[in-house]
Amino acid sequence: MSHLIIAPVVLPVLAAVLVLLAGRRQTLTRAISVVSTSGLAAVALALLIAADTGEYQVYTLGQWAAPFGIVLVLDRLSALMLLLTAVVGVCSLLYAVQGCDQQGKNFHALFQFQLMGLNGAFLTGDLFNLFVFFEVFLIASYGLLAHGGGEARLRAGIHYVVINLAGSALFLIAVSLLYGVLGTLNMADLALKVAAADIEDAALIRSAALLLLVVFALKAALFPLYFWLPDAYSSASAPVAALFSIMTKAGVYSILRVYTLVFGAEAGAAQWVAAPWLLPAALATLALGMLGALASRRLKGLIAYLTVASVGTLMAAVGLFSVDGIGAALYYMAHSTLIIAVLFLLSDLIARQRGDHRDHLERAAPVAQPVLLGVLFFAGAIGVAGLPPLSGFIGKVMVLQSATATGAVYWVWGVVLAGGLLSIISLSQAGSLLFWNTDVKAEKPPLAAPASAAAIMPVAALLAGIAALSALAQPMKRFAGDAAVQLLHPAGYIRSVLG
Amino acid sequence: MELLVASAIGVLVACGVYLLLRGRTFPVVLGLTLLSYGVNVFIFVMGRLQSGAPPIIKPGAAGYADPLPQALVLTAIVIGFGMTAFVLALAVKARFALGNDHVDGVERSGPERVP
Repeated sequence: MSHLIIAPVVLPVLAAVLVLLAGRRQTLTRAISVVSTSGLAAVALALLIAADTGEYQVYTLGQWAAPFGIVLVLDRLSALMLLLTAVVGVCSLLYAVQGCDQQGKNFHALFQFQLMGLNGAFLTGDLFNLFVFFEVFLIASYGLLAHGGGEARLRAGIHYVVINLAGSALFLIAVSLLYGVLGTLNMADLALKVAAADIEDAALIRSAALLLLVVFALKAALFPLYFWLPDAYSSASAPVAALFSIMTKAGVYSILRVYTLVFGAEAGAAQWVAAPWLLPAALATLALGMLGALASRRLKGLIAYLTVASVGTLMAAVGLFSVDGIGAALYYMAHSTLIIAVLFLLSDLIARQRGDHRDHLERAAPVAQPVLLGVLFFAGAIGVAGLPPLSGFIGKVMVLQSATATGAVYWVWGVVLAGGLLSIISLSQAGSLLFWNTDVKAEKPPLAAPASAAAIMPVAALLAGIAALSALAQPMKRFAGDAAVQLLHPAGYIRSVLG
Repeated sequence: MELLVASAIGVLVACGVYLLLRGRTFPVVLGLTLLSYGVNVFIFVMGRLQSGAPPIIKPGAAGYADPLPQALVLTAIVIGFGMTAFVLALAVKARFALGNDHVDGVERSGPERVP
């Protein structure tokens, strides 16, 4: 048993404690945070290579045998999520150390706790433990959202905290209901118990399963539970919003994990219990996200709505519950997480050069570096809109292909393609207003210093990740397909955990 | 006994949800607290109701109480307490930064405004 699996949880905790001990020493806290997060990226890469052999790695905490103790389980999906978290984490952090991290207290400690909670949620094989890790990253995210202060953040923060606390209450009800009926919380054991459950318990199990779906849909920002997201993400500071692009994916991950493993093909009365709800909700999310993007008056609001829409696209593919569909969703998830992070960081770079106009979509003096920022924005826009040659195009083609043989083909094709058109319209409106239709006679804003190379670098690195995802589409598609096969054939997972 | 506990949970959750939908931060915090009380009792009851049964191995015991929901409810109480403290602090901060205690941060104007 390799101890490397626990590293993504332990490393950020250690870093957070060290950061708290380092107190106000700015360089030291930054160094600890950067070293820990880079270490996390290395560990995640090693775990990804280990997981790609196709074997499940199970880590029993405290050597308590499953299903009595808590287990961490590594498969291809978990490894992919860990790597995405680490990559987005490193880039957001490198952007934050340019100065954003000093706008409030304890940025780095909260950042590390957020990473710890996310990594734990992606690894755990226990439903109650999943709840605990959810709470860990949520409470860190409450702090991070309020980081920097200001009225807009407080207002969005209250909504965000209250809706998530209500979500946590539902999570607890669902989890304890499952425990009350089935007597276990280990996900592999739950899968066996659900399959063997009495028919009298079917209604309770189905209710608990659908309650859990509500909770995960809330975290993933699925219609009709996405209303918290646009305000929260658009008011957060740029590196925090970039990190949050992986947080909605934690909800998507939980849906993928629980509804293939516990309530999948073998689940008897609760078989594919999420399937009738996911696809319609996902398509509605996509449509409303794109309409919201079209109506946005601020660049960050536009990107927040594009986040909602990207969740819609990838949940539409998940909702098909086929190998092709889930494979396409995983590829698109990697793409959308990175591209949303790019856009949030970029929106801050642009806003800094527009004086009082910030990121409001209105006519203003030209930015100090129109060519550089314009090119980056153009690359980000064609990435998120799904135009060739970047990975957004490949991901959308995969999503569309996976829907062709199903009954939902017209709905999926219609909504995804119309959504793509709306995103192109909204992004070209925003882009031309920011870079072309500028007021050259207006006074230059006094603080329009060009962005430093160190601030451009994280954005460029994320875009390089997108380019790599496009160039290596074949191996990535193979990996996503293998991960989907693993998810849809959970017998191996159950055997590895329960021995 | 079951009826009593079940209706107590129902009343707690109903009051919690009602208060959660109010417009000011303090009732909302109270609503969240009541909701988490209801949920905590619910978790506890999921280990079945019995009295006088030991939760750990004891020679000669006729039956055992399930210790796991007790551990779960402890975790839930701790997390819920921490979250309530946080949301209270946030509400107080918002009250002074925004000048009112409405959850949207803006006082509603118009005839329906309560003096």
